[in-house]
Amino acid sequence: MSKVLKEKIYSIEKLAPNIFKMTVESEYIAKNAVPGKFVNVKCGEGINALLRRPISICSIDREKHTFDIVFQLKGIGTEILSQKQAGAEVDLIGPLGQPFDLSDEYKNIAVIGGGIGVFPLLSLLKEKKSVSKTAFLGFRNKEYIVLMDEFKSASDRLFISTDDGSAGHKGLIIDLLEKDLLENNFDLIYTCGPLPMIKKVVEIANKNGIKCQVSLEQRMGCGIGACLVCACKTKLGDEWEYSHVCKDGPVFWSDEVIFDE
Amino acid sequence: MSNIDLSVEIAGVKFKNPVMAASGTFGFGREFADYMDLNGLGAISVKGLTLAPRPGNKPPRIAETPAGILNSVGLQNPGVEAFIKEELPFLRQFDTKIIANVAGSTIEDYCEMVEILSDADIDAIELNVSCPNVKAGCVSFGNTPGGIAEITKRVKPYCKKPLIVKLTPNVTDIKEIAIAAEDAGADALSLINTILGMAIDIHKKRPILANNVGGLSGPAVKPIAVRMVHEVSRVVKIPLIGMGGISNGDDAIEFMLAGASGVMVGTYNFIDPAACLEVVTGIESYLTKYNYSNAYDVIGKLELNG
Ligand SMILES: Cc1cc2nc3c(=O)[nH]c(=O)nc-3n(C[C@H](O)[C@H](O)[C@H](O)COP(=O)(O)OP(=O)(O)OC[C@H]3O[C@@H](n4cnc5c(N)ncnc54)[C@H](O)[C@@H]3O)c2cc1C
Ligand SMILES: Cc1cc2nc3c(=O)[nH]c(=O)nc-3n(C[C@H](O)[C@H](O)[C@H](O)COP(=O)(O)O)c2cc1C
Ligand code: FES
Repeated sequence: MSKVLKEKIYSIEKLAPNIFKMTVESEYIAKNAVPGKFVNVKCGEGINALLRRPISICSIDREKHTFDIVFQLKGIGTEILSQKQAGAEVDLIGPLGQPFDLSDEYKNIAVIGGGIGVFPLLSLLKEKKSVSKTAFLGFRNKEYIVLMDEFKSASDRLFISTDDGSAGHKGLIIDLLEKDLLENNFDLIYTCGPLPMIKKVVEIANKNGIKCQVSLEQRMGCGIGACLVCACKTKLGDEWEYSHVCKDGPVFWSDEVIFDE
Repeated sequence: MSNIDLSVEIAGVKFKNPVMAASGTFGFGREFADYMDLNGLGAISVKGLTLAPRPGNKPPRIAETPAGILNSVGLQNPGVEAFIKEELPFLRQFDTKIIANVAGSTIEDYCEMVEILSDADIDAIELNVSCPNVKAGCVSFGNTPGGIAEITKRVKPYCKKPLIVKLTPNVTDIKEIAIAAEDAGADALSLINTILGMAIDIHKKRPILANNVGGLSGPAVKPIAVRMVHEVSRVVKIPLIGMGGISNGDDAIEFMLAGASGVMVGTYNFIDPAACLEVVTGIESYLTKYNYSNAYDVIGKLELNG
């Protein structure tokens, strides 16, 4: 169950020119969070930046009772959030949504993330018990690469790409996945990031007969499944319907989703 | 506070307090039960129902605007029969009134739905004749006195429940629409539905909503809604349910002073899932502060400046 919580900010840190990490003290979230779930944060006071902003849980410290969110400045909401200070309160609802499938049957797994889509994959890597974990992470350029130590220690193999070649492979992270698949295979691929990347990953997974979970984004109203604004096209027998990212997702099996919009 | 009587009577139904959840913002109540005691609500107006299930519009269906939101859900709902079978039994566990909000694209649709719902265990029917998010259909009925009179008159014989007609603000003179609905047999009026609007992503040079336009709601619309409730309360005798941008008890009191016997909370449920209960508490504190003992000490008690 999710709750409306007023929690204390333990720390806030600028990781890159426009990326912030906020550590929040929350016994409830630390106990109940599962990788893939998100929190819905009230960034502004009252009617300022009216709606809550959905942000993935990036890391969970179950002993210290804290969790991290990592967010990129986008507009007014994330701007206000970035100005909050350690010790202040943050108003959030969580943990929300359907998490990644971490069951033991998938032993050899890969995660592929692009941009802000890499953050939910970190808690997945940390908490998944696998024989082998490979991470493919794509960034715009060197400046956007953050949390590398944590990604490194949470994975067995780590591949990086940047659009401009300022770090790692120059080009798309998809290229590295495709190349690796010539020699390796995975039981399950998890992906989160820009939609064109997700679509490509799903295509590659399908071609190679690998199961795939996608974490999707959509503009939200309530975040709890009531307002029906966060629609996402999914299969319903031979037909389709609109499911809702906040409640039925954000994580879906790739073969449930119809990517034609 | 227990000596304060918050109950109100609207269209023959007694509500334990004036605060209701607005249609489309509260689903069928289930999602909110985790965050609040639904027994504390005067009523729940359920997500707008249609005869057959509707998939709704393409996403994005929401855009944030200054102190408000635009939505274009497009009446995604499981259909009236599924509502009665699958949702109503859950809602009925709670001691609150249930209002079925209905929309259609033809008058026959409305009549059929109202007939079906008249035999269901609900307390009132709210006709949504003003949804801005569905291309063909219901919006046109609520836009003219003739349209609203016709649909109200045709539906009325099928309606064995109190009939609330919900008014759209997207008209030149809401008073004449209200009068037409009253004359045609409405037992109460609710207002306002959302205001047609648009938001543009200047980088993509496209509207944010896939539907291009949508309905504006939230605090931004409150002054318009209060003005309309005030205007309508002066020209009709049937009770009014006011809504548009209510986020706390003081907002609700504004609507009540302007003439609303009941108030609905919509968009603010998204920001605070227990917003409705906050509004109840806020109304209570206001009454206490001014030594009132009854909701009717406030309803319609606005004094205009000379
Ligand atoms: C399930 C989920 C998890 C997310 N996790 C993260 C994360 O871990 N880190 C991170 O940096 N970002 C994440 N996002 C994206 C984040 O929600 C948006 O960047 C943020 O809402 C932008 O708010 P703003 O006020 O800064 O921007 P504005 O552009 O001013 O926001 C205006 C409105 O649009 C909405 N909006 C804008 N972009 C998005 C988007 N991409 N997705 C959903 N709503 C959007 C906002 O919520 C707000 O209602 C996630 C989104 C979803 C749906
Ligand atoms: C997401 C959303 C969906 C809505 N769906 C309906 C609906 O199905 N039927 C209806 O009569 N009104 C619907 N409305 C309108 C509200 O019931 C209410 O009239 C309006 O939002 C104004 O109140 P508010 O400012 O408190 O939100 C919807 C509003 C929103 C925001
Ligand atoms: S945001 Fe309201 S249903 Fe998903």
